[in-house]
Amino acid sequence: MRHVTVSEAATPVRSAPDMQGAHPAAADYLAIDNIWKSFGDFLALKGVSLSIKDGEFVCFLGPSGCGKTTLLRAIAGLDLQTLGTIQQAGRDISTLPPSKRDYGIVFQSYALFPNLTIEKNIAFGLENANRPKAEIKARVAELLELVGLSSQAKKYPAQLSGGQQQRIALARAMAVSPGLLLLDEPLSALDAKVRVHLRHEIKELQRKLGVTTIMVTHDQEEALSMADRIVVMNHGVIEQIGTPTEVYRHPKTLFVADFIGETNQFPAKVTDTGRVALGGTDLVCAPHDIAPGSEVTAVIRPVDVIPHSLDGTEQIGTPENLIDVTVDQMEFLGSFWRCRLASPRFGENILVADFSLNAVRRLGIETGGQMRAELPQGRMLVFAKAG
Amino acid sequence: MSVATATMPRGRTLRPQLSSDDMVKRGLMLVISLYLIVALALPLYVLLSKSLSTYQFDLNIFEIQRSDETGTNFSPARTVADLNAEVNAITPDQLNTSSDGRLHVTGLFQDFSFRSPVKYRIRATTDNASFLVGSELKRGKDWVELDSNTFRRVVLRPVSTIGLDNFVSYFSTPALAKSIGNSLLMGVISTVLVIGIAFGLGYALNRSRMPFKSVFRLIVTIPILVPSLLPGIALVYLFGNQGLLKNWMMGYSIYGPIGIVIGSVFFTLPHALLIISTALSVADARHYEAAASLRASKWRTFWTVTVPGARYGIISAAFVVFTMVITDFGLPKVIGGQYNMLAVDIYKQVIGQQNFEMGAVVSVLLLVPAVVAFFVDRAIQKKQVALLSARSVPYDPKPNPGFDWGCFAYCSLIAAFILVMIGVCQLAATVKFWPYDLTLSMRNFRFDLMDGGGWGAYHNSIKMALLTAFFGTVIVFTGAYMVEKSDGFRIGRSMFQFLAMLPMAVPGMVLGLAYIFFFNNPANPLNTIYGTMTILVVCTVTHFYTVSHLTALTALKQMDREFEPVAASLKQPFHKLFFRVTVPVCLPAILDIAIYLFVNAMTTVSAVVFLYSTQTQLASVAVLNMDDAGDIAPAAAMGMMIFYTNVFARLVHGVISRFLLVRTQTWRKR
Repeated sequence: MRHVTVSEAATPVRSAPDMQGAHPAAADYLAIDNIWKSFGDFLALKGVSLSIKDGEFVCFLGPSGCGKTTLLRAIAGLDLQTLGTIQQAGRDISTLPPSKRDYGIVFQSYALFPNLTIEKNIAFGLENANRPKAEIKARVAELLELVGLSSQAKKYPAQLSGGQQQRIALARAMAVSPGLLLLDEPLSALDAKVRVHLRHEIKELQRKLGVTTIMVTHDQEEALSMADRIVVMNHGVIEQIGTPTEVYRHPKTLFVADFIGETNQFPAKVTDTGRVALGGTDLVCAPHDIAPGSEVTAVIRPVDVIPHSLDGTEQIGTPENLIDVTVDQMEFLGSFWRCRLASPRFGENILVADFSLNAVRRLGIETGGQMRAELPQGRMLVFAKAG
Repeated sequence: MSVATATMPRGRTLRPQLSSDDMVKRGLMLVISLYLIVALALPLYVLLSKSLSTYQFDLNIFEIQRSDETGTNFSPARTVADLNAEVNAITPDQLNTSSDGRLHVTGLFQDFSFRSPVKYRIRATTDNASFLVGSELKRGKDWVELDSNTFRRVVLRPVSTIGLDNFVSYFSTPALAKSIGNSLLMGVISTVLVIGIAFGLGYALNRSRMPFKSVFRLIVTIPILVPSLLPGIALVYLFGNQGLLKNWMMGYSIYGPIGIVIGSVFFTLPHALLIISTALSVADARHYEAAASLRASKWRTFWTVTVPGARYGIISAAFVVFTMVITDFGLPKVIGGQYNMLAVDIYKQVIGQQNFEMGAVVSVLLLVPAVVAFFVDRAIQKKQVALLSARSVPYDPKPNPGFDWGCFAYCSLIAAFILVMIGVCQLAATVKFWPYDLTLSMRNFRFDLMDGGGWGAYHNSIKMALLTAFFGTVIVFTGAYMVEKSDGFRIGRSMFQFLAMLPMAVPGMVLGLAYIFFFNNPANPLNTIYGTMTILVVCTVTHFYTVSHLTALTALKQMDREFEPVAASLKQPFHKLFFRVTVPVCLPAILDIAIYLFVNAMTTVSAVVFLYSTQTQLASVAVLNMDDAGDIAPAAAMGMMIFYTNVFARLVHGVISRFLLVRTQTWRKR
């Protein structure tokens, strides 16, 4: 593999020079086709297909046991898939050993070599037979600069903080300019503040180097804030692939809606195209193609509920989705209020809504008070009942 | 994309392409597996089959014809059994024999004369039957015609059968079968005593604030540094026929069960203490606080909190001690007198009576309790781990002058016992003639004047211990690395793991005898190493493989599992990672393995006693042989030489460890 010099590293889009002829530009850098993985009787991956573009930052997101790490390890060649093919830059890598593939990897534990200095850790992958020492030194210095730890070169890993170790692991993985960067829950061992900071840094670095990156995480915030595209997985299948806003605003399945962000979920029945009955109340909802009469789950996020005062002086949406409610309970959560709203029109169901401090003050919302809640049509989602 | 109904399509499961690293790793694992198979599995297999094979002359499978004086007219063929039925020349006793058995047949003909012109024809009637004419082996159903003079050189060869006959005859020999009871009895008594003493020591060392704890810890490890023969010799000097304290015995003899028990306590104590002390060192203070808040008495707390908390340690230690006592050979050989134990029986059968089959039988019997103890111990060890991980608030003993001084007195008593035993040997080695002439003299160290190999034996031992430490450490650590840090090849790895655990269950005597059967067979191409230093080193490495392997595994398990994937993703060969990271990080454990192998190679007797030759006599065996020859003072002197050497080795190990730690482990400091 070629090595990225400082000037090249600054160019935003990275090209795959060796493989250019093998696949057309802007085509898929990584093509995963129908991957199955079984551990005995247990199927960890059930026919996963996915393609990733050159320079893209993709997150595998899902609860533990969903198969995201298994998929990453298959791509890395650490746990071979049972069936299916993986192509990287037009080359079939399905059964290659890790050392014959082209990637750098950062694990949750960082796996820094404890007895080698930071410098030596980064240089580990560079020390090949015919590479001059000076070149290695320059490259190490460049990488230390890149991760902002030039002053720590002579220290041992144990002398650095978790966040610093993380960055060293990243520098080591990037030292040999791999075509693909794999990050296996790289932030989960860090405390919250450092995590938020590093999120930004990793994303920045990735943008700068233009390296195609896959990150495994179970933290939706991490995925939403870093990824170009998110692959939401559950029970060994991909539930949805999309940009952060797509998966958040237009979840394709109830699982995605539930896993990313918070939801109200109500048992409901489709009454007509684009209409749904919830506890006896007919509401308009986002377009769907479920046959009338079907039992469904209606979903709306707490933040999507719009508060109004009872006198209705404000601009108001569709009259069907305006409901007078009683504020049953209020919980102060710092940056917003979480309110539990009850209405005879919902039947037994309680609607949870998050209102800004402003709105609560302006509309005089208080426990036991009356108010009007709007369920915007486009935010009212309908999913077929599971099973 | 329905979740519930997904079934994997049929198709060829992918197989990984192997990298050159994978090949090298598998190759290395194969080499070390092969080592364990050749050095352990095959010899044991041969031993087992030896114990099951019996040799008998079958008179029904040979036929003889006899001619008249003219040498041309032959009588009808008759079986040997038939012929013997008339004359009873061959008694039933003669029919049971060994693999070397030979049976003359001229006795069947009472008028036989080698000058007679009468001719004989002999043949076998089955394919497995054979007989010798002189030194020429004959098989098959063709008649062999011989004159009288040649006929007298005909001997029948026995046929081998697989069966339990050897075991039957073992159990029908009361003198032999009694050893089983003796061994079990000694095992049980010694175990109960040692566990009691070790528990007291462990309790004092971990749960009191007594002074000089580290001194006591040091003293209690002394027995590890000497061969198990040495406590026997010490007991002879103290309580033997001319013993210093003979009247303490109140007329009982030290030669026999009493000596065996005292000596066993001496040499198994450090091992028991190590296990029990570990179990006692991890106590949860909250349990004691809870007991105190419930107003439980000290005594009740002890029985409901302390003892249950250490129970796995106690059971584990009990099995270790029991196995050590029943499989030890050196001690009962020196002090056992007429009291037969299984391990000594093997020695007597093999060295004394050259009855290898019976030796194999006893070996198999000795293998049974050792294997049982091994599996019980493994099962318990697993539970022990679970207990450890659940620990929480460490228990910190509070000062309690009465209790602390009581502990101190108790520990002093045990330390005195150990120091007296060693001291007596030291004294006996350095005075002219115990107990009559107590002037200092070095003449007991003039080993070249006695049997046993002299100073050459001592030098051989040093050489053997160094070779064992070096090659053993390399083999064990490499093997453990391959098991722990390679992917795939699951069956191969678990088989290797089994082979690596096996030596712990194989007593030294059994291993040694198995080596005789396996390597002393001229048909074995490895026969050339028989009688050389190589076989001693191979045997010793194998004998002490398991503990070394576990030490290496523990160290390797503490290494991040992701080092190998990272190195592979950086396209670096595994040997670079191995030498730059794995070995330096594991260096303390590697040094521990080396010193463990060295010390044990210096003190071991049981396996090598069958395998040394005149060129490769060993110090530990010299102790045995000099003691056997009545040169007890020189035996004690040689024992002390082993002790000094091990102390010295320990010191060197300590210095090297410290030096290397400073140089290569700076990264451990924050």
